[in-house]
Amino acid sequence: MSLFILRRLGVMILTALCLTFIVFFLTNLYPNLEKLAKTQGNFRMTDEQVESYLGKNGYLQPTPIKYAQWLGVWPGYQYSAEDGTVTGRCIERDMTPEDAPRFCGVLQGDWGQSTVFKDEVSTIVAKRLGLTGWLMLCVMLVMVPGALIIGVLAGMKEGSRTDRSLSTVSILTTATPEYVSGVIFIAIFSSSAVGLKWFKGTATSAMDDITFGNFFLPVMTIALYGMGYIARMTRASMTEVMTAQYIRTARLKGVSFPAIVMKHALRNALIAPFTVIMLQIPWLLNGVVIVETLFNYKGFGWTLVQAAGNNDIELLLGVSVVSVVVVLVTQLISDIGYVYLNPRIRIS
Amino acid sequence: MEPLSWGAIILRIFLQFGPVWIALIATFALSIAYKRKLGLYGKLFDSTIGMIGFALVMFWVFAAIFGGPLDMIVTHDALTQVSGLKNKVPGIPVPGAQENEIYPYYLLGGDNLARDVFSRMVKGSWVVIAIAPLATVFAFMVGITLGLPAGYYGGKLDTFLSFLANLILAFPVILLFYLLVTPEIVDTGIPSYMAAVLFIFPLIFAAVLLNSRYHTQPRIRTPMMIGVLVVLGWIYLSTISEVGSKIAVLPAYLDGFDVPGGILVVFVSVVFVNSPTVFRIVRSLALDIKTRDYVAAAQTRGEGTWYIMLWEILPNARGPLIVDFCLRIGYTTILLGTLGFFGLGLPPESPDWGSTINEGRKLLSIYLHPALPPALALLSLVLGLNLLADGLREESLRD
Repeated sequence: MSLFILRRLGVMILTALCLTFIVFFLTNLYPNLEKLAKTQGNFRMTDEQVESYLGKNGYLQPTPIKYAQWLGVWPGYQYSAEDGTVTGRCIERDMTPEDAPRFCGVLQGDWGQSTVFKDEVSTIVAKRLGLTGWLMLCVMLVMVPGALIIGVLAGMKEGSRTDRSLSTVSILTTATPEYVSGVIFIAIFSSSAVGLKWFKGTATSAMDDITFGNFFLPVMTIALYGMGYIARMTRASMTEVMTAQYIRTARLKGVSFPAIVMKHALRNALIAPFTVIMLQIPWLLNGVVIVETLFNYKGFGWTLVQAAGNNDIELLLGVSVVSVVVVLVTQLISDIGYVYLNPRIRIS
Repeated sequence: MEPLSWGAIILRIFLQFGPVWIALIATFALSIAYKRKLGLYGKLFDSTIGMIGFALVMFWVFAAIFGGPLDMIVTHDALTQVSGLKNKVPGIPVPGAQENEIYPYYLLGGDNLARDVFSRMVKGSWVVIAIAPLATVFAFMVGITLGLPAGYYGGKLDTFLSFLANLILAFPVILLFYLLVTPEIVDTGIPSYMAAVLFIFPLIFAAVLLNSRYHTQPRIRTPMMIGVLVVLGWIYLSTISEVGSKIAVLPAYLDGFDVPGGILVVFVSVVFVNSPTVFRIVRSLALDIKTRDYVAAAQTRGEGTWYIMLWEILPNARGPLIVDFCLRIGYTTILLGTLGFFGLGLPPESPDWGSTINEGRKLLSIYLHPALPPALALLSLVLGLNLLADGLREESLRD
């Protein structure tokens, strides 16, 4: 088991390195750097000015070297101006070049500076991740119990009317992407055209103070899309369990139907959905980006869009590292959990 | 003139979709009449869910074909702005319609730039119907060509390809879109190079497919291969090469058609995002099927490995693949909408559903009508595809 986890960790680090290098490569292509220079300086810069700006900030070194500097395995870039002042990647504003550390990268805990927000990447990511954490927590609290209940109720008696109607509902929710359901929800519940105005159409105020009114719509929008899929998986696994031999034996012994479902079927039927729920988390990330944009909730997804739209290289790298780690860790947990939950694999 | 009432609006929309209803009824009548002779497609008409799904999908397919290239259903040009109709309610009369001999009403109102919402919705369906199924076909070609050997041979090849697939899947889709579809990246030509790599897979697939089947009969194989490869190769080169872009392999007189730059980039990124998932499905199916007796029989007969993969394993994996194909078209539609929603790739005036939703959402609290029709259209198409997949799964499991 520990060997398995170690191997998975190795693959994880390799994947994260490859992915960040791809992001690094794409964001450091010259047209992107030119755009960065123009947004940082001014839009009427000549080509020479762009060149000198980029050179001064160390953007014109070869990509592998820049990547190694970002990682912290190559000495940070330094630039000596004609008047003798030395600026560089590792030199903070109130620091002399002699005091500055030689290496300053991710390995040293320095995630760099965001060019859009003018702040440390680590503080931005931590703050935004906290906001998104609340959103995800609420989504999970709504989505997982809801999906499991729908799935178990539908799978209890295959082909019954409850099954048919609940299955249709879950197909409907999987067919509604977040930007469609979000728009419909805002239209019905918060627009002045319909006039219900039960909830707020933006979640900006939820960043300081979460209330039912400003958080309900974004949470429901994300939860609904994932809910249908998990419910269908739960239903499939539940119907499979309900046709098993030991359920028939229990019925013949005269155990009541609720007792069969609660005591015999449920435990075995919930192994498969666990994997599915874990694997849904990366997909939720997508939903988070859309919903945070739609409801103007300035969390992690919103930051991703801002960073990507403005080619904010170091923030984008920080964001992608976090999301890659989320994806890979959930995969790992789902694998370990599957082994742990399934006695047939655990014991052998 | 007075604005139309809701009843009149619905009636007029119903009439406007006239050609679609006729085509739908004809399709259903023919299919139901011959359903015993049509295999799996015919069996679809035994399941209510499948029929509802099929009807929804075909409705949008016909609406796209009639409304897009044939220009039949739309009431106004999708880009024309009529002054005075900005954000006006559904059923509003168009001023000066009689003199100009245009349709006298904006059936679903005007959008933020005073364009007809109804016509834009119909035109938008063409963008989706033209891109989504084709992109899914390409993703399947890539996934099958790489997934079969990965599952069949296993070993190092499998480890490497699975690592690549997981690498792409670990990317948040929207970040990938932002990285691939921004104009700066398009300038560097990376999407064109990716297109050159991804679009070669159908060629490889066709060549291997024919060669493995007919390599014992060179007299049939050679002319057939030459014919197929010349046609496919010409289509391939015309698609990727564009005069004045980074890749200009073909001289202008041979370049049959040009795919508009924005569409090509969107197409490539959607194929790129979809193919790893298809790869994983095909790989796991191949892993399962290669242990069957008929594969062992073929191995004993001394058949080539590609013959076994493409003519023994692939046909037996068709059930799950067809179902996934329907679901994946729906997912591709959602992805296209996502691209439009973030304003990536397609030009801003494009009538596709994602872009229209994105534009409409900005004034959503006051005006509902610009955003809701494309949202409901997208919803109904994806729902139709999911129901269709469900019906197909049920019917293919029955035998």
